[in-house]
Amino acid sequence: MDLQMRKGFSKPLILTSEHSPTKQNKKTLDTIDNMSPQTPPVMKAQVKNLNFYYGDVQALKNVNLDIAERRVTALIGPSGCGKTTYLRCFNRMHDLYPGNRYEGEIMLFPDNENILSPKVDPIEVRMRISMVFQKPNPFPKSIYENVAYGLRVRGIRKRRELDDKVEQALKGAALWDEVKDRLHNLAFTLSGGQQQRLCIARALATDPEILLFDEPTSALDPIATARIEELIAELKEHVTIIIVTHNMQQAARVSDYTAFMYLGEMVEFGDTDAIFTNPRKQQTEDYITGRYG
Amino acid sequence: MKPNIHTHISRRYNAELEDIRNRVLVMGGLVEQQLVDAITALADGDAQLAELTMNNDYKVNSMEVAIDEECNQIIVRRQPAASDLRLVMAVIKTITDLERIGDEAEKIARMAMHLADMERPKNSYLEIQALGIHVRQMVHDALDAFARMDSEAAMLVAKEDVQVDREYESIMRQSITYMMEDPRTITRVLDVIWSARALERIGDHARNICEYVIYLDKGKDVRHISLEQMEKEIYGLS
Repeated sequence: MDLQMRKGFSKPLILTSEHSPTKQNKKTLDTIDNMSPQTPPVMKAQVKNLNFYYGDVQALKNVNLDIAERRVTALIGPSGCGKTTYLRCFNRMHDLYPGNRYEGEIMLFPDNENILSPKVDPIEVRMRISMVFQKPNPFPKSIYENVAYGLRVRGIRKRRELDDKVEQALKGAALWDEVKDRLHNLAFTLSGGQQQRLCIARALATDPEILLFDEPTSALDPIATARIEELIAELKEHVTIIIVTHNMQQAARVSDYTAFMYLGEMVEFGDTDAIFTNPRKQQTEDYITGRYG
Repeated sequence: MKPNIHTHISRRYNAELEDIRNRVLVMGGLVEQQLVDAITALADGDAQLAELTMNNDYKVNSMEVAIDEECNQIIVRRQPAASDLRLVMAVIKTITDLERIGDEAEKIARMAMHLADMERPKNSYLEIQALGIHVRQMVHDALDAFARMDSEAAMLVAKEDVQVDREYESIMRQSITYMMEDPRTITRVLDVIWSARALERIGDHARNICEYVIYLDKGKDVRHISLEQMEKEIYGLS
């Protein structure tokens, strides 16, 4: 498998030893990486020739993209370009509607498993790949129960274990200090920003490997937005994050890699630093600088 | 990506970018005139013109401040990206170099005032004049490359800097000879050396501006690299 130098990554993506054929495949860091505290990116998921159809309408056209582990990958593009469709493929959300059809594969590493395969249980996929939506959508339950829900589905029944995991998840979502004294209040008593962080805690509770954010801050004020962005920076130490956003400054702020999509196609993918200062494609340039497409 | 500042959805944004670009060119024109005046004053021993040139430096300075402020406004209001960002950055850097060229011109004018009172050589400082014309052409061409966002033209100007450095060294050698032959000329020759030094520095600033033009046009940072590497960056990869 020659996955070392995938197009768009300035540094080689590295396969972990678990799925690398030989030790030699583990490339050494380049000089820039030596200076930064970040370890070199490891491939977490690889999207290969992904096509997606809503009935007869093709929404994604032959998309290829590598997702680096414990990095933030941002998807940008105008409305209707397929960002959300693409994101939803990752946790098999499209399975819920008849007539939707996938082609191609999304390989998840280190399992080396195609998560789009009909043999793979979508519920299991959603445990490992969680999603946070545009509008906060807590369940009409208590704060505690919102977070514990996924754990109960997983079959965890012990009170002590549930308590620990809920606390951990709420701390992970930077919400614990604000809600620890009212865990059994209804989730709707929280502010919008808090509700969104509750949804992040709910997503974190099952220890996902990948977190999908679909415009997580578009319904929030700047302060709540800054909190979520800060949270994303903290979360990426543990989880791989893919974020769809219309706010280009947000993509520039939070992401390590950026993919620009247009009309269902992946136009350009690369380091965020490069995309926002010197994009290779004219279409990308036109979009991020606010020109006619 | 060739920058094109006229195609934003926001027409006011187009106008703002167009405005800073034009003002850089106006400032450049002013600086060029200052340089011409300083060299003329020196060659002709015209103390009046020299004084006028020195007094006009404030115009260059205030233009720098005004353009800087406008760039700040664009950054804070528009959060420019890609070629727009590169344009704003290139403008901010270019005006710094233009302002320094203005300062060097002022220095030359001051030397011209000293020299106007002294005995004049027969050739009316021909070498300084030649260097001055050369450097002035560099500044002119650098601004022209900036106006057209033309990397190739910028590259040609940057190459001229090598020639300017050679002329400067030749003036230095000649000046040393003068001073050794006749120590009475030392005061005068020192002023000539300062002027030559100022002109050589202006050549460096013109080269800097060319580097910003290449950054603006190609998105490649070509500072602190050799001319050969610079050419590779321009023609090789893009």
